[in-house]
Amino acid sequence: MPELGKYAFAVLSSYGVTIVLLSVIVLVSFRRARKVRANLEEIENRARD
Amino acid sequence: MSLWEYANPVKFIRTTDKVLPWVWALTGICLVTGLVWGFFFTPDDFRQGSTVKIIYIHVPSALMAINAWLMMLVASLIWIVRRHHVSALAARAAAPVGAVMTLIALATGAFWGQPMWGTWWAWDPRLTSFLILFLFYLGYMALWEAIENDDTAADLTSILCLVGSVFAILSRYAVNFWNQGLHQGATLSLDKEENISDVFWFPLLFCIAGFVLLFVALVFLRTQTEIRARRTRALLAREGQA
Repeated sequence: MPELGKYAFAVLSSYGVTIVLLSVIVLVSFRRARKVRANLEEIENRARD
Repeated sequence: MSLWEYANPVKFIRTTDKVLPWVWALTGICLVTGLVWGFFFTPDDFRQGSTVKIIYIHVPSALMAINAWLMMLVASLIWIVRRHHVSALAARAAAPVGAVMTLIALATGAFWGQPMWGTWWAWDPRLTSFLILFLFYLGYMALWEAIENDDTAADLTSILCLVGSVFAILSRYAVNFWNQGLHQGATLSLDKEENISDVFWFPLLFCIAGFVLLFVALVFLRTQTEIRARRTRALLAREGQA
């Protein structure tokens, strides 16, 4: 861990907020992609039957 | 082969399915390399101390906040002129990603500003235009959600995107228009021989590439989702009529 001195709070908070926000947008995007895909497949199968 | 072939939703999904694993892999490589290099292996700045490490997330996110809106502007113009649904859906897919980038730029700017300027926030031209840009992102997403008809929503959000572009451009050039703000001039500029010292510049380049690739990967994935969601709505409407 590098020595961040008196600015440790500013630096670590910046990285923390960034990692959280990027993780949220990536996870939400994958979750919705999976859900919408499954939903469409179900409706297409129903339409075929 | 014409670029307009990708306006076909099936072709778009097939092509992006092939490309996406590579884009995700490159995103991971660039982000990990840039952030680890920047955070662990670069020295402190002689004036700003260790806060200089915030540059590796603040600058790329601010860059993407503006460029995401410009991408949405191009996609909206294509929708208005050529009525390709994929372009309207790509603009819709990019908005939440752009909003997150803007929020990261605002938050990291506040964390950086507090020790350097002595304040978390100032009504500085660049900060204010970024805040307005963030509000435009929220308004744009809300407008898509508020209108049931996809084509009407695409028309109205495209107009909103055109209006918001003024603030996207303003947030890029605000530091050049007004000099009274706290925010420094542009960190990166194509017309400068050297932007920042190489020791900071090289890891920053990796981080910028990582943020650009992350944006591309997310927009591809989310556009695929929007295409499928639109088809789902169409099939459900057909079922309802039958």
